[in-house]
Amino acid sequence: MLYIFIFVGLYFQIFLLVTLLEKNNRFFEEKLGDKQRKWPTINITVPCFNEENTVTETILSLLNLDYPKDKLSFIVIDDGSTDNTFNVVKKLTEKYSQIKLIKKENGGKHTALNLGLRENNSELVAGLDADSFVDPQALKRMIPYFDDPKIMAVTPAIRIHKPKNIIQFMQKAEYNFGILGRHLMAKIDAIHVTPGPLSIFRKKVFDNLGEYKHAHNTEDMEIAFRMQENGYKIANCSNAFVYTVAPSTIRKLHVQRVRWMSGFLKNCLDYRHLFFKKKYGNMGVFTLPFSFISIFIALYVLGTILYNIGHYIIEKIIKMNTIGFNFSLPHFDWFFVNTESISILALVTIIFTIAFIFIGKKMAEGNIKLSRDIFYFILFYSFISPFWLTKAVYNTITSKVSPWR
Amino acid sequence: MPKINIKKYILVFLITTIIFFTAFAISQTLNDRKINEIRATADKISIDILTLETQFELLQETSSCEKIDGSILTDELNSLADKLSYAESHNEIDSQEVSQLKKYYSLLEIKDFLLIKKFQDKCDIRPIIIVYFYSNKRNCDDCQRQGYVLTSLREQYPQLRVYTFDYDLDSSVIKTIISLYEIGNQLPAIMINDKVYNGFQSIEDIEKKLPSLTQVTHTSTPLSD
Repeated sequence: MLYIFIFVGLYFQIFLLVTLLEKNNRFFEEKLGDKQRKWPTINITVPCFNEENTVTETILSLLNLDYPKDKLSFIVIDDGSTDNTFNVVKKLTEKYSQIKLIKKENGGKHTALNLGLRENNSELVAGLDADSFVDPQALKRMIPYFDDPKIMAVTPAIRIHKPKNIIQFMQKAEYNFGILGRHLMAKIDAIHVTPGPLSIFRKKVFDNLGEYKHAHNTEDMEIAFRMQENGYKIANCSNAFVYTVAPSTIRKLHVQRVRWMSGFLKNCLDYRHLFFKKKYGNMGVFTLPFSFISIFIALYVLGTILYNIGHYIIEKIIKMNTIGFNFSLPHFDWFFVNTESISILALVTIIFTIAFIFIGKKMAEGNIKLSRDIFYFILFYSFISPFWLTKAVYNTITSKVSPWR
Repeated sequence: MPKINIKKYILVFLITTIIFFTAFAISQTLNDRKINEIRATADKISIDILTLETQFELLQETSSCEKIDGSILTDELNSLADKLSYAESHNEIDSQEVSQLKKYYSLLEIKDFLLIKKFQDKCDIRPIIIVYFYSNKRNCDDCQRQGYVLTSLREQYPQLRVYTFDYDLDSSVIKTIISLYEIGNQLPAIMINDKVYNGFQSIEDIEKKLPSLTQVTHTSTPLSD
């Protein structure tokens, strides 16, 4: 069983590697700086629920966008916040007229986004989570992708905003890795999430396909599934940066990831008719089934690793109880190096994973230096992710709702 | 309709398969090397034992007990035991080959054991010997603990010679020893000065049963003086 899982995992990694080595299309990056172009109108909706601490910075980052002001509008939707969010934004609207503030009863993020859609007539629409901040050049880098009439949405590159502790640094490496992942998925037309922080859509996507749905609290995933189902192309601009505040504690991270993972599983079940169908391209034939199965592969592999580590620790405890603490420097003899084929294959997959992490870092930060975020990611991620994967599978099987917070 | 590049899927499949088979081939080569290393060590020990035996027979003719260093042999036997134990616990190393080498190792141990006994009688020396029986087949949790104790004692007292036998190994010589010294069925079992103790024995238990152990210096010394 483990060999099959390793083969599938390795196949996916090599598929990504081959995709990475395929000829790059630099067309859109060259278009940046073209001052003669006609910029389309765009509206950015910021749904808020109890975001008094971050919403000001979010809005200020929007106001700082390098984009023709007459083409850009913002709607902030206070989705029934119980804190001071409304007053905080109100103060900003008094100073900046291009911001429109609407208060509504709490109905969930998708309802706030839908209200934003109904309230504007821009050619392009986007959402921005109220805990995210955009790079001033983000729009100018993303918009040229819409020169291709087939492209219906463009996703940005998301990075972590000012990480402070181990949990956030760990996510920084993960998000950088994600930048590469999304870039590669876009190359094979297989993006299955248009993330909340600044994914831009043609307005007609919603006119044609309908508004956002609740979608198990993962409306940004469902809309991407729906677009792929209808053959709508989703691109990725890997140098349009958006910074998001990462969960700062294990508990918050766990809740977020359970929501993401169970949302993914439930959306997969809702869109199971996409699986293994050639007409849905690489996503239907390969990436979606693989991503679905990979959750179970990850659980199995990580479970095996944890079992072996547990076994090793128990052995050491038994040894210590039997002969007391006996420290001796390990003597290296190549004979005792594990040379089983499964270990060699695991090593290959680990090398590929580390290579992808560094390529992601290069894309996000422009360097491949070993930094503490990569160190924390390699050290801790495998130990904590099985918990949310298990919970997500449990929530999916029992149809339990995975909450936002 | 989105395009699927079938050629790419086939290419990736080929690359993955090549990596898979390369990993298998590398693993096989390294595991064969390990087996060869075990065999070479066992052969070397065999020659060393034969040398000692011959030396001993020559000395018998002159009725003298000159210095014969057997401590190196002990280290090699211990190292061989560790490697065999490791090879046994890894499925991909040819188990039949390992089993044969284990029998070979057991024979070498017995030969060494008998030789030491001869030294004992002839040269009036008191080698410190523990004969240990364990089992991998049956559920013997204490065997693991007993192994830790004996390894620790071996590290602490380099003069200690531990002869380890798999109780359930299909070897007529081991069966003869079991019957000759009346080793009971309860494992782990250790034999000190021809007396058998069944069940787990702690470091303290063994030190009490083998007082000469704590009296020796902690450096490796020749067998005879």
